[in-house]
Amino acid sequence: MSAKWVLLEQGKDGRLALPNTLTHFEAALLPHLAAAYNLARWLTRNDHDAEDVVQEAYLRAFKSFDSFHGGDGRGWILAIVRNTCYSWLQQSRNQELAQVFDEELHTVEGHSQSPEAMLFQSVDAQLLRDALEKLPVEFREILVLRELEGMSYREIADLASIPVGTVMSRLARGRERLQRQLGYPANKEA
Amino acid sequence: MSCEEYNRLIHGYLDGELDLLSTLRLEAHLPECASCAQTYGSHRALRTVTSSDKLYFKPPNELTERIHAALHEANKAERRASFSLWEVLKPMRWRISWPLMSIAASTVLVAMIVWRLGSVAFRPSQEDLLTQEVLAGHVRSLMANHLTDVPSSDQHTVKPWFDGKVDFSPPVKDLSGDGFPLVGGRLDYLENRPVAALVYQRRKHFINLFIWPSGENSGQKTRMRQGYNLIHWTQSGMTYWAASDLNWTELQEFVRLVQDHDGRIP
Repeated sequence: MSAKWVLLEQGKDGRLALPNTLTHFEAALLPHLAAAYNLARWLTRNDHDAEDVVQEAYLRAFKSFDSFHGGDGRGWILAIVRNTCYSWLQQSRNQELAQVFDEELHTVEGHSQSPEAMLFQSVDAQLLRDALEKLPVEFREILVLRELEGMSYREIADLASIPVGTVMSRLARGRERLQRQLGYPANKEA
Repeated sequence: MSCEEYNRLIHGYLDGELDLLSTLRLEAHLPECASCAQTYGSHRALRTVTSSDKLYFKPPNELTERIHAALHEANKAERRASFSLWEVLKPMRWRISWPLMSIAASTVLVAMIVWRLGSVAFRPSQEDLLTQEVLAGHVRSLMANHLTDVPSSDQHTVKPWFDGKVDFSPPVKDLSGDGFPLVGGRLDYLENRPVAALVYQRRKHFINLFIWPSGENSGQKTRMRQGYNLIHWTQSGMTYWAASDLNWTELQEFVRLVQDHDGRIP
């Protein structure tokens, strides 16, 4: 509809860029801002960093908007948010990627009593957040995408460029670790 | 199947991702195995709390604004044209959308609509903008040493060249018998689509004839811009724009020749 009066301009690489590209971009991807922020916040574990990462991710996304062919806007932007987070994690020399997790050391104290009751009734949200934040990032991201975004194994696999089998095993291990974090020995053999 | 293997299936089962056969096997196993049943129960309980909204981090309200502004800046930086609708509308957009922006990302959509409707009031007429585009196409073809993609005075070379480059077949006629030799053809981009540009010559003057399909029918219109003459008409479902620095009378003559030729069956 706007095609008639649109002015044509050349992009950096000589492609023709239409001014209303931004409008299309925002309409397609700003609705997923909450999901983008949630993922970034869980991966960076910091409000300010999450905001910066999300902004950076949206700018990156805008620059490569022509590689977006409609469809799953959430998956597309989340994949970019995830990549941006990983760049950020590496840049800030965050040791998280190489972190060897020690469950014994990190176990939340004071909740080893009647874990079943705790789990079956209500877990303090802050406690749960702490426990989830302490999981290594590769488990944390899968759990966030699965539990908070409700994404399917397939969607997560596409987003993170890993096989579905890896999604399943990380999810299983992530949940087991989380249970131990919360003081519940879910899997005695492990 | 061992209990350890069943334990792996529990996750797929909880997530609704397990195939039918495994589902049936697991469902048969759980009542028989206290250990697996307990694992299942605890994972189900964990699942309930981890999928809680309380864990979802909500973005601060101003993040939408911030990203919107950053995108706007990035977009502006990428654009080179001196005239930008965005610039014209900027004050308006701020006034109208900012209070709404604080609500949520969805509000941005509303703002976009407001902005877009607003742009209708501000925009120069379609015809004016298209005239500018055509003129820019003509001037650029002379400036950038890129007058033709297929330099040929043979209409049977120029016409097939467009096959596969545009989704229509432009009528190509050599008018050298009438003093307007065909110089060649070029692919150009107007009105948001690839168009055929035919280049003719009259003495030292070049004429760009832009052609693309159009559903609209309008009479012949003439324009003069920056010392160039432009003539626009539609014929047989095609839109034509002729642009040249050629004098008015001769350009009119050229247009008549094109119209006459196009009317004939080749």
